[in-house]
Amino acid sequence: MTKIPDAEALLPRLVAELKVRVTPATAMIGLHTGGAWLAERLHPLLGLKEPLGLMDIAFYRDDYAKEGLKHDPKRTRIPFEVEGREILLVDDVLYTGRTVRAALNELFDYGRPKSITLVVLADRGGRQLPIAAQYCGAQVDVPEGMRLRLRRAANGRLALELERAA
Amino acid sequence: MPRSFPHNPQLNANGELQHLLSIEGLPREILIQILDTAESFAGVTEREVKKVPLLRGKSVFNLFFEASTRTRTTFEIAAKRLSADVINLNVAVSSQSKGESLLDTVANLSAMQADVFVVRHGSSGAPYLIARHVKPHEHVINAGDGRHAHPTQGLLDLFTIRHYKKDFARLTVAIVGDVLHSRVARSLIHGLTTLGAPEVRVIGPQTLLPARVETLGVRVFHDVRAGLKDCDVVVMLRLQNERMNGALLPSAQEFFKHYGLTADKLALAKPDAIVMHPGPMNRGVEIDSSVADGPHSVILPQVTFGIAVRMAVMSIVAGN
Repeated sequence: MTKIPDAEALLPRLVAELKVRVTPATAMIGLHTGGAWLAERLHPLLGLKEPLGLMDIAFYRDDYAKEGLKHDPKRTRIPFEVEGREILLVDDVLYTGRTVRAALNELFDYGRPKSITLVVLADRGGRQLPIAAQYCGAQVDVPEGMRLRLRRAANGRLALELERAA
Repeated sequence: MPRSFPHNPQLNANGELQHLLSIEGLPREILIQILDTAESFAGVTEREVKKVPLLRGKSVFNLFFEASTRTRTTFEIAAKRLSADVINLNVAVSSQSKGESLLDTVANLSAMQADVFVVRHGSSGAPYLIARHVKPHEHVINAGDGRHAHPTQGLLDLFTIRHYKKDFARLTVAIVGDVLHSRVARSLIHGLTTLGAPEVRVIGPQTLLPARVETLGVRVFHDVRAGLKDCDVVVMLRLQNERMNGALLPSAQEFFKHYGLTADKLALAKPDAIVMHPGPMNRGVEIDSSVADGPHSVILPQVTFGIAVRMAVMSIVAGN
């Protein structure tokens, strides 16, 4: 039986670790949908000057030829200049690394950031690209054929859940 | 071998959009999918780098058998912003004039590895004919066929209305002028009724309204003042001189006097009404300059939205 950590319990340590590295040039971007939920929780606790940016990487995916366009791409909204910023890129679960690859490509179409730091709630291993998270809430073993997802309850509470992969 | 279409020729076996031929017959969910996707692309078109890598390596052939500047250009821009390779063929002056048949032209382009055909043709139904004969990985987008349909214009009109009015549920929309010759009007009426606009009106002289137009679910007005009363959206149509054979109208001046949109006629609509026009405009024929350039006009935003809508349509069909 795999032990799934409590998402809420992982937040305080992530916030504490991130706080010490925030500078006036730091800005945050959350990846739709789970990463955006996580970023919406982290952002107000870090006292960042810039409003939160949200990104949907649908137009940068590498499986379009196989899968087509996903059904409800959200609009990417980055309400600050990316140029010269220290970007905290936030996602819920790090797995193959392909979503992050797509996000890096999209981000560079907005400008040249000073740096990009990857922040995730959970790392389930299984990387297919040379990508790593600098800040990670927990390492989670996920059984074959399952996927790890972040859920947000009506009251805003976040929870990690296992479900059968499609 | 021509493939047969058991159901809707626009949809594949999974019910996904394979070709865009007409708004008529498209389920509400697909219209919403296109509008939502276009909303995301509208964000891309506002960036400094107005390009995404989605259709990299794909070839889009613009096949225009009938002249068009705006539609062809916006399709070209949309394809380029999706990183596709775009090939513009002004077929009116090439193969067709040498006697090549429509399907031979398409077969030749298909042999050049096409992925998407954007087709404008003077004959209604030409894009359907092409869609029936292309290979499974090839997609056809209707960019206007005869008097029949102009679905991407209809979609960008719907996108514009939703952008300014948020919701179709309480809207009164008036479509004014030469409905008879307008493929734009037909596409828009189908879209509005599918998305639940409660009242769509067509306004024009009897000679410029199609017979039995009310069967499309619209209210018919011949008096423009009565028709414009309390409208949220006013869509002016171009008086299509090039499509008129025979005397349907006494004169353009006479038409302007009765049906041309002026500030005093527009005052009958709601105070926050928007004015749309698919272009190209005939100033002083169907619309007065003071209205075309006035605060209610969203005619130029329509053009901008048209790029995002065409990006959405191309990326959805090419992925299915």
